[in-house]
Amino acid sequence: MNLSFSKEDQEFQQEVRTFIEKNYPSEIKEKQDQGIPLSKEDTIKWHKILNDKGWLAVNWPEELGGTGWTITQKHIFQNELAAANTPTLMPFGVNMCGPVIYTFGSDEQKEFHLPKILNGDIWWCQGYSEPGSGSDLASLKTKAEKKGDVYVVNGAKTWTTLAQHADWIFCLVRTDGSGKKQEGISFLLIDMKTPGVEVKPIITIDGTHEVNMVYFDNVEVPVSNLVGEEGFGWSIAKFLLAHERTGIAGIPSLKRELDRLRDITTQIQVGEGSLKDDAMFMSKLDKLEIKLTAAEYTELRTLAAMSAGGHPGPESSILKILGTDLQQELSDLFVEAVGYYAHPFMTEEDLASNESRIGPDFAAPVMPHYLNYRKVSIYGGSNEIQRNVIAKAVLGL
Amino acid sequence: MDFSLTEEQQLLQDSINQFVEREYTFDDRKKFLDSEKGFNEENWKTFGSLGWLGMPFSEEDGGYNGGPVDVMVIMENLGKGLIVEPYVPSILLSGKILADLGSDEQKTNYLHPMISGEKIITFAYIEPQSRFNLSDCLTKATASDDGFILDGYKALVHNASASDTLIVSARTSGNQCDEKGISLFLVDANTKGVSLRNYSTIDGGKASELTLENVSIPKDSLLGAMDEGFSTIDNAIDLATLGICAEAVGIMGKMNEMTLEYTKTREQFEQKLSQFQALQHRMVDNFMHYEQSKSLLVMCAAKMNDNTEDKKKALASLKYQIGLSGKHIGEESIQLHGGMGVTDEMHIGHYFKRLTTIRTLYGNSDYHLSNYASL
Repeated sequence: MNLSFSKEDQEFQQEVRTFIEKNYPSEIKEKQDQGIPLSKEDTIKWHKILNDKGWLAVNWPEELGGTGWTITQKHIFQNELAAANTPTLMPFGVNMCGPVIYTFGSDEQKEFHLPKILNGDIWWCQGYSEPGSGSDLASLKTKAEKKGDVYVVNGAKTWTTLAQHADWIFCLVRTDGSGKKQEGISFLLIDMKTPGVEVKPIITIDGTHEVNMVYFDNVEVPVSNLVGEEGFGWSIAKFLLAHERTGIAGIPSLKRELDRLRDITTQIQVGEGSLKDDAMFMSKLDKLEIKLTAAEYTELRTLAAMSAGGHPGPESSILKILGTDLQQELSDLFVEAVGYYAHPFMTEEDLASNESRIGPDFAAPVMPHYLNYRKVSIYGGSNEIQRNVIAKAVLGL
Repeated sequence: MDFSLTEEQQLLQDSINQFVEREYTFDDRKKFLDSEKGFNEENWKTFGSLGWLGMPFSEEDGGYNGGPVDVMVIMENLGKGLIVEPYVPSILLSGKILADLGSDEQKTNYLHPMISGEKIITFAYIEPQSRFNLSDCLTKATASDDGFILDGYKALVHNASASDTLIVSARTSGNQCDEKGISLFLVDANTKGVSLRNYSTIDGGKASELTLENVSIPKDSLLGAMDEGFSTIDNAIDLATLGICAEAVGIMGKMNEMTLEYTKTREQFEQKLSQFQALQHRMVDNFMHYEQSKSLLVMCAAKMNDNTEDKKKALASLKYQIGLSGKHIGEESIQLHGGMGVTDEMHIGHYFKRLTTIRTLYGNSDYHLSNYASL
């Protein structure tokens, strides 16, 4: 057992730091540091910078453009990106659709899509949930009927993150209504420009437009856009869940944000001192930091088990719950820290405008973030569903 | 980064598990508890011959050069069997102090027979007012013509009645809570003026209140330099803290296993308890507490092994977590066992009691959280 970085690892860390210093565009950095929402172009710009370096698809097989890094190198890389507060990349292409296509897709699909995922030419979104299918995902009703060489798709998807920017959507659709509900589901790739696809915004309690309804009205999709066999969609969905468990906890960003909150406590005046002198508050911060360390090492143990045996150990299944608990608790501590200056209603436009903010700069994004982050214990399989999964798959109940 | 155990550590783990499963049944354990010493001397000699007692010591000291990771492996697996033999007070505390400070002669007379299992030595340092503060020491040692005179009182001295020798901390200069001015002495258990009030502890162990009244000891009883005992005490307690945290992780894993087993067997309302979602989710939470504790344990053992700068902070976070998760898993396991959980007959309650004493031992969660904040 040895958890320290080797000399090679330390050199790698320095290489990553130097790269970020030289290549992270200052205009994006400024927005990130001030909590100003990024445009689609900002996100794609950073995506392309990483791809040009060959550092985008970290987990892909090396021959397809992956890095071949060790778990320690991946850990270092993610930590350095987060510490520098670089933009969060959209996971739907590189982390989700990409692995599905290179694992289950046809040669034609691989040839067409993988390069475009890597260079950021196609923005993907995910069509899973439906108005009537939340936690019970397998009850989904969006229908794809095969007619000649096309599927005709009818139905509606919801909570579709950033569909307003998306070029393509990967969807779970029902190709067969008879038999067990899991068995009639297929995985379909759909071009958002196809006639009959309509996107309508959903405004969330933080006042932002992040998620959408996506409607399909007699949308004709070439059968060549089916991934795997008909009826294989549920297996792909499960593959994606297992594939994406690690990293879902968002631990490197949590570490940066916790450090930032510690720093903010020195800037918030309380009487003649600062919030840092408030032992009750600081002890909550310390408790959260210990919980974060426990989650970090749980993730590292998982990664180590995966690199040794290929399969994530049972401890991996708890990462979604631990990570999202931490994200929510930390967002709440930020709100608590800024006190009354969490109350002014700051819209995305307010945050992006040049006008000076009401209260300290760091206070403005705090409440929208807290409100927005109610979602994390609900999405990706609610934390109650995660507990059901662990009870069954890990504890054998 | 490498989280795996070495081949030797795997073998060590297997041999302890084998011992626990084959030779340490609950009926056996009960007999050991009821005996005068409170543990089984044959077992102790077995531990010695299998090399477990010598593990944390260097080869020059007659040991096997093991580090904190080896201590973790030993204690986690002994924990699963709820072993009552005095590994922590004798090996991890007294042994560590002797290895750090003992002269060649002291090592020959005390450390070597301890490693072979012939001698039991315990460490008396807690005082009624000291709570978790290691530098709070009122027991006094004054120089006499041919040595020292000890006067004072020590609380909760584990396995004192079974010990041949005690290591006693005493103030030789400074004020009540000064780090400087604490010295360490070897005191033969039957020296005149040493009296023990023996009792059983709630977790099945034995301990004593120790009164030192005008106890005269020779010059060569001093361990290390005069007034400079504190940092050795601090280091020994750190290793023992890692040890009991590993023990707690072993216990928590075992309690989760037993609870799952129980709920899969017990039926109410024509259903197994394990089929109720309200209970399933609680068992998942117990599992998460276990994994978080295990992660911090592994991290801390590795950092102590590498002697990293932040190892004390890691230990504080670990002991904080063990206090938190120990309470959660302990109390939930009893609840999930229902009425049976509070009977002496079921094993679960005995694991619960040991886990509960570990929460306080060497500082509770609050103490370690405030340590964490100050580091």
